Amino acid sequence: MTPDRGEEAGTKLPGKLIVVEGIDGSGKSTQMHLLDQWLHHLGLLVFSTEWNSSEVVKEITSKGKKKALLTPTTFSLLHSTDFADRYERKILPLLRAGYFVLADRYVYTAYARDIVRGCNPRWVRKMYSFAAKPDLAFYFQVPVEVAMKRILTGRPKLKYYESGMDLNLSNDEYESYRIFQSRIIDQYEGMAREEGFTVVDGTLDIEPQQTAMRRKVMKLLPRAAAATAGMELGVR
Amino acid sequence: MSVEDTRGGKPLEFYGEGVSYLQGREVKGKLIVIEGPDGSGRSTQVDLIKAKLESDGHAVTTTGLKRSELIGKGILEAKQKLPLGKKTLALFYAADFADQLEHKIIPALEAGYVVLADRYIYTLMARSTVRDISRTWSHDLFGFAIKPDLVFYLDVEPEELFHRVFQKYATLDYYESGADLGLSDELYSSFVIYQRMMAKEFKRMENKYGLIPIDANRAIAEVNTDLQRRIDAYLATPLRQAQRTRRRGAGSRR
Repeated sequence: MTPDRGEEAGTKLPGKLIVVEGIDGSGKSTQMHLLDQWLHHLGLLVFSTEWNSSEVVKEITSKGKKKALLTPTTFSLLHSTDFADRYERKILPLLRAGYFVLADRYVYTAYARDIVRGCNPRWVRKMYSFAAKPDLAFYFQVPVEVAMKRILTGRPKLKYYESGMDLNLSNDEYESYRIFQSRIIDQYEGMAREEGFTVVDGTLDIEPQQTAMRRKVMKLLPRAAAATAGMELGVR
Repeated sequence: MSVEDTRGGKPLEFYGEGVSYLQGREVKGKLIVIEGPDGSGRSTQVDLIKAKLESDGHAVTTTGLKRSELIGKGILEAKQKLPLGKKTLALFYAADFADQLEHKIIPALEAGYVVLADRYIYTLMARSTVRDISRTWSHDLFGFAIKPDLVFYLDVEPEELFHRVFQKYATLDYYESGADLGLSDELYSSFVIYQRMMAKEFKRMENKYGLIPIDANRAIAEVNTDLQRRIDAYLATPLRQAQRTRRRGAGSRR
């Protein structure tokens, strides 16, 4: 893998970085889980990591977050801190060690959300310039109504920031959510070409989606694993 | 600065890309920054300057690093538990700073306060640079920071600093001694080497960011007279003239 940015520029990382992007309810986490299982089954070293999941950062901000009002800038910086912690302690070392690193959301989530919140696009991108470029980035394309329906069946209450309530888009949190997520979709769509996203139709059934993803991932596998995978998927 | 405003308000001036949702807000107060290592007498000087300015009739508020509602104390606790990565720490400090900038510094400046900042982005940038983070990345990261009216850097010889710090705390701070950098297996040497690296970085930033070096090897009262004279002169100068004569931080990149 040859990241073209940041301090990793020019150095080859032995591991492979696969990321999924898309709005909540696009089905990406389900697919990532299946991919994780499959790669394990093929005998590969796999590490999965999720957006906004660093324990250290959570501990530091949990007290403050309740009291303090997050501005777009502090919101953005807390997420980049979270990312940096996972990147410095897990993602980068494991890519150096030859792992398959699966990231459920990556820097593109920040690009999309922070820009919708009003942060300067160049500022956000420069902040994340140290991050290695993924070998594969799947974008789960799904209409906002479909995603909302999925989200609301499992969890009837929407969270304040994920509904974009801080942006004063609407007093109704469902309406705010719809507007906010639609704007994020616009950002993703804009990035899809220039960042080379592999677009997955998130409205399809789970199994055909997974098959399509595995066919893409197959190209990154070492020879022996690729042969096994090829037989399973019925391709050579 | 093309905008003329006789009432004394001026648009926010950012170091870099700025913050679009803050664009258009005007400040009337003055932001004065005191930079310098631990033991350089920063907080003492901030207290003295605050008292003097208040007695002169200025509304004054103070601010410093690691004081945000958001994460101020959390950073200290986390650093004691486990070593955080360099970029993680840099971004954490930036978040803490951003919180104070938006919730404290800018509102105070809008209300016409003199804001005395006990350290600003320069310490954060210098710490990152001596830890091998690129200057460009740090400069860009703080593109949301506003340019202060005055920035003083209290310069003290590392050997002198060591005595002051040790006499005050009877111990040395792990990070302020650069112990995380493996500079020496013995703390005095590590401290001196680290502080010299930091001082060198501040020297480098003088022109780029308009830092005014102040010899702080001198006695407290002497340093204070020096600082107060410069601050009084600045505050007495009418706005437009001050903008011409002040040493302006260069926001443009190299």
